[in-house]
Amino acid sequence: MRIVDHPILGEEKRKESVTIYYNGKPLNALAGETIAATLMSAGIRKFRKTPKYKRDRGVYCGIGRCTDCVMVVNGKPNVRTCVTPVEEGMSVETQIGYGKGEE
Amino acid sequence: MKETQVVIIGGGPAGLAAGIEIAKSGGKVTVLDENKKPGGQLFKQIHKFFGSREHQAGTRGYKIGTKLLEETEELGVDVILDAPVYGIFEDRTVVYSKDGKQHQIKGDKIILATGATENTLAFPGSDLPGVMGAGAAQTMINVNRVLPGKKVLMVGSGNVGLIVSYQLMQAGADVVGLVEAAPNVSGYGVHASKISRGGVPIYTSHTVKRAMGDGEVNKVEICELDERFQMIKGTEKILDVDTICIAVGLSPMSEIAWTIGCDFTFIPSFGGHVPKHNENMESTLPGIYVSGDISGVEEASSAMEEGRLAGIAASESLGLYSEEKAKELKGQVWNRLNTLRDGEFGEKRKQSKKIQISRYMEDANE
Repeated sequence: MRIVDHPILGEEKRKESVTIYYNGKPLNALAGETIAATLMSAGIRKFRKTPKYKRDRGVYCGIGRCTDCVMVVNGKPNVRTCVTPVEEGMSVETQIGYGKGEE
Repeated sequence: MKETQVVIIGGGPAGLAAGIEIAKSGGKVTVLDENKKPGGQLFKQIHKFFGSREHQAGTRGYKIGTKLLEETEELGVDVILDAPVYGIFEDRTVVYSKDGKQHQIKGDKIILATGATENTLAFPGSDLPGVMGAGAAQTMINVNRVLPGKKVLMVGSGNVGLIVSYQLMQAGADVVGLVEAAPNVSGYGVHASKISRGGVPIYTSHTVKRAMGDGEVNKVEICELDERFQMIKGTEKILDVDTICIAVGLSPMSEIAWTIGCDFTFIPSFGGHVPKHNENMESTLPGIYVSGDISGVEEASSAMEEGRLAGIAASESLGLYSEEKAKELKGQVWNRLNTLRDGEFGEKRKQSKKIQISRYMEDANE
């Protein structure tokens, strides 16, 4: 959910002008924001499944340290979505394990 | 290979302040940062800073960040972004990656200003999406302007836990409660009363027993602790939350200092192992300086002052300042640092810093 009004930061003036594709589904994004921000604004918090037990994981540190939020971006696995900006037409997929798809 | 006088690793408050001081002295300096934007964690600090007027007290963190970036630019400090550093050779050649390639830059002096990273807390379900660092939630709401969840439990009552709780409320989230394992709130009373006034229950002597939910958090079980921090059976409470924020302290990000062989000392109030350094912020390796959270977790105002100190000292050792001039400038910074490390909370940090410096001196005198 986006924060439209904020007592300190004021009104959100940026407009969603970019489209990315989350598991094939189009999502509206703000230019320059991170992939994680776009997904969370749409209420998506499960970003990947762990290799062994297939447990869901999402954003933990939000600053590129913990690598819990990695996903397959434009076909490339292990991309830290919390520090990678969106690009027009970008494909973002849930990463299963190490990103080679279901084994 | 590129060469410069000073290489600074980390472009947060400490690193940028150091860079500014070196540029002011006429030195050549390059700041390397792994992020796509400089300023470190300053831009998510939307609260007013404490301290005295010379510390820009009353000014919100992100505005201090904007000023710092303006000064960096005006002085022409070279800042290379998206450039993670992964090693330093003995001759002070710094190796970093940029655009998928390896690069090297050699500095006569190096300042490590790598900051700190949030601690985690393990409990059943702590890996569920919806459990996140308080700093991560702060980035989401204040930088990205996205709510990570609607109903939040905060874990930890240090200043980060208290401030982020308040900021989550400002962003429109419902902070369902704050748990603290200790019997008392550990952060500033002024921050705690802000959230109390907002109706947030503060559960002292409590911890998280488990996070619940199928694939993501939808409930949390909290539990009371006895005086020996053991869970008391029968005191469990289940709260409806979709987000659990962990604010249980920070640890210095000191990997590079370890790998190059800086001597460390253990100071719990600074976040654990910290590099020993002298009054010039110089580590046990000559020409390698530390500043900001890597040298002991404090806050952004003291990080900037430590950065200035390291910058002035590095400039002095390069002959850019006379001993007399450097002494005057460093004295001014130390005065400001002492003001920041004052009062009920600051005093402990002042004593910790004294211990850290005295441990450097013990080695030097051996």
